[in-house]
Amino acid sequence: MYTELIKPENLVYTKTKVMTDKELSYCPGCGHGTAHRIIMEVIEEMGIQGETIGVAPVGCSVLAYEFMNIDVQQAAHGRAPALATAIKRLWPEKYVFTYQGDGDLAAIGTAETIHACNRGENIVIVFINNGIYGMTGGQMAPTTLPNMKSSTSPYGRDETEMGHPLKMTELVANLPGVYYVTRQAVHKPSHVRKAKKAIRKAFENTAKKTGVSFVEIVSNCNSGWKMRPTDANQWMEDNMFPYYPLGDIKVDGLFVNK
Amino acid sequence: MKELRLMKGNEAMAEAMIRAGYDGYFGYPITPQSEVMEYLQAERPMERTGMVVLQAESEVASINMLYGGAGSGKNVVTSSSSPGISLMQEGLSYIAGAELPCLVINVQRGGPGLGDIQPAQADYFQAVKGGGHGDYKLIVIAPASVQESSDFVKLALELSNKYRNPVMILTDGAIGQMMEKVELFPQQPRWTIEEIREKKPWATFGKPADGERRIITSLDLLPEKLEAHNTHLQEKYRTIEKNEVRYEEIMCEDAEYIFVAYGLASRICQKTIQLLREKGIKVGIIRPITLYPFPKDILKSYASKVNGFFVVEMNAGQMVEDVQLAVECKEKVSFYGRTGGVLPTPEEVMEAFEKSFK
Ligand SMILES: Cc1ncc(C[n+]2csc(CCOP(=O)(O)OP(=O)(O)O)c2C)c(N)n1
Ligand code: SF4
Ligand SMILES: [Mg+2]
Repeated sequence: MYTELIKPENLVYTKTKVMTDKELSYCPGCGHGTAHRIIMEVIEEMGIQGETIGVAPVGCSVLAYEFMNIDVQQAAHGRAPALATAIKRLWPEKYVFTYQGDGDLAAIGTAETIHACNRGENIVIVFINNGIYGMTGGQMAPTTLPNMKSSTSPYGRDETEMGHPLKMTELVANLPGVYYVTRQAVHKPSHVRKAKKAIRKAFENTAKKTGVSFVEIVSNCNSGWKMRPTDANQWMEDNMFPYYPLGDIKVDGLFVNK
Repeated sequence: MKELRLMKGNEAMAEAMIRAGYDGYFGYPITPQSEVMEYLQAERPMERTGMVVLQAESEVASINMLYGGAGSGKNVVTSSSSPGISLMQEGLSYIAGAELPCLVINVQRGGPGLGDIQPAQADYFQAVKGGGHGDYKLIVIAPASVQESSDFVKLALELSNKYRNPVMILTDGAIGQMMEKVELFPQQPRWTIEEIREKKPWATFGKPADGERRIITSLDLLPEKLEAHNTHLQEKYRTIEKNEVRYEEIMCEDAEYIFVAYGLASRICQKTIQLLREKGIKVGIIRPITLYPFPKDILKSYASKVNGFFVVEMNAGQMVEDVQLAVECKEKVSFYGRTGGVLPTPEEVMEAFEKSFK
C-alpha cells in the first residue's frame, strides 16, 4: 500500500542537500533546527551553496557547522559579525551570514553587532531570540522578559535591579547601515513559510550591496524555560510575542508604518 | 635599483604590508602605533594592490576580523600596542587553536594598565608564553631597526603560512617612532584565488562543487580528540623550534661576557659593549631575533666558554628567565632593566654590568 505512494510524482517534500545527514543535537521541539533548515533551503533554492560562508556563534548552535553543508567558521562568543565583516570585505562577491543567539548577539557581542550594522556590512544576520542562555543551562539573557524566571533570576527578572529586556532588533533598525529588519517565528508551518521568505529576501538583499539584512527569529527554549515543548510554544505566543511583536520593521531601507 | 627611504618604523611596517601582498588590515588606533593605519589609509592600498583597510570598533573586533579573514584564506594583519594586544588574547587563542596564519604587531608601551605611551618590553611573557588560554604558541619576531621592521612584515607572511600559525612582531614605541633609512623590498603580488585554493585547501570561501565543505573551528568536545589536536600543535611547535630560530651574534668571538638583549635594548647594549671594549673588557651580544622559538642552543653553547651572561630588558626581568633556562644554570646570569617606558642609558647599563661582574 505504501509502496504505491512512494513515487516521484507524489513527493511533496524532501530534506535539502544543503543540510548534512548528521542528527541534530538540539532538544526535541527546539526552534534552532527549523531555523537552520530554512536558511539551508534558501541557499539551495538560490543555488549559492558554493558561494556562501556561514559564521556560527557560541551557544546551543555552536555546532551549526555539523548540520550546515556549507563552508562555516565557528566564532568566539559574540564576535560573529566581526568575522563576517572581514570575510565579506575580502570576498565581496560571496554570500556571508551570521547565525547568533540572544546572549551572543545582544550581550557579549553587542559592540560587534551594532558596529557591523552601523558600517552597513553587506551581510545577513540571523538572530535567534529565545530569551535565555540555552547552552549554559538557562541563565538570564539581555532579552529575558520582565519577571521571567531563569537560573540566575530564580525569583523572576526584577527590572529595577537586572535591567530591561533589550530590543536589539528595534535598536539596529535605527541605523542607516541596516536595510532590512524583520521579526519572525518558526514554531508553526505558516510562520516557517513567512520566516523562510524573509531569509530569502535577506540573502537577495546582500547581493544588492545595500547593507545589513537582519532577521530576528523569536524562538523557544523548552529546556531552559523548563516547559514541555508544546507549553513552551504556547508560552512564547502568550508572553514573548507581545513584547517582541512579529512582522517587518524596515524594508528596503524604509521603516514600515504600522 | 634600490628603493631607499627615510621612514618611521610604523610607516615602514605599513608600507611593507602593502608590498608584501597582504589582503587586509584591520586595526584600532592606539599610541604609539597609530601611524600604521594613518599611513595605510593615506596610501589608498585598495587602489595600489586591492588591499582592504578597515578601522574596527575595538581590538576585540580587529582580532576577530583577522580570524574571519584568515579563515577565509586571505593574508591579514593587525597592529596595536600593549593594552590593545591584551584585548586580543581571546581571539589569538582561537586563531592558534584553529591554526590560522596571520600577523599581529605589538608596538609595546609601558604598563601595566594604561601605563604610559613610552617604549617598553614588558609584554615579553604574554607574547612568547602564549598569552591567551590554552597551550599554544605564537611565532614571535623582534626587529631592532626600521629596516627589520619592514623586512619582518614580509617574513611573517611566509612563516605564518608555512606553519599555519599566527606570527607576532614584538617591537616597541621607540622603533615604531624613530626614523631610519630603509631599503624597501619590491612589490609582491597578492595571492590569486588559484593560489589560495592550492595552498589553503582548508579555507572557507565557498564549498567546492566537487569537494567537502570546510570548517574553521577550535572546538572539539571529545577530550581524546582535543588532546590529539594539542599533540599535533606541540609537534608543530617542535618543528618551528628546530627550523626557525634566528639570532644575531655581535662581537662574540673573543667575548668573556655575553650580553643578551633584543629589539631596542640590543641597540643600547651595542653602545655599552663599545664602551666596555674601550676599557679592555671583552664583551659581545647575542640578540635573539625570534623570541619564540628562543635561541637556546647558541646561548647554551657559550655557557662553557664565557664568564657570565648579562641580560638587559626594558622590563622588570622576563627574558632573563629564558636565558637562565637555556644555560641551565651552568654560568652566572645577571639582569638589568628599566620599566615604565624609561630607556636605560648605555652608561648605566655598563655600571650595572660592572657591579654584577666585578
Ligand atoms: C567568552 C565566553 N564567555 C562565556 C561563555 C559561556 N557561554 C557559552 S554559550 C553562552 C550563552 C549562549 O546563549 P545564547 O547566545 O542566547 O544562545 P542559545 O544557547 O540560547 O541558543 C555562554 C554565556 C563562552 N563560551 N565564552
Ligand atoms: S537548550 Fe534550549 S536553545 Fe538549546 S537546544 Fe535545548 S531547547 Fe534549544
Ligand atoms: Mg538564547
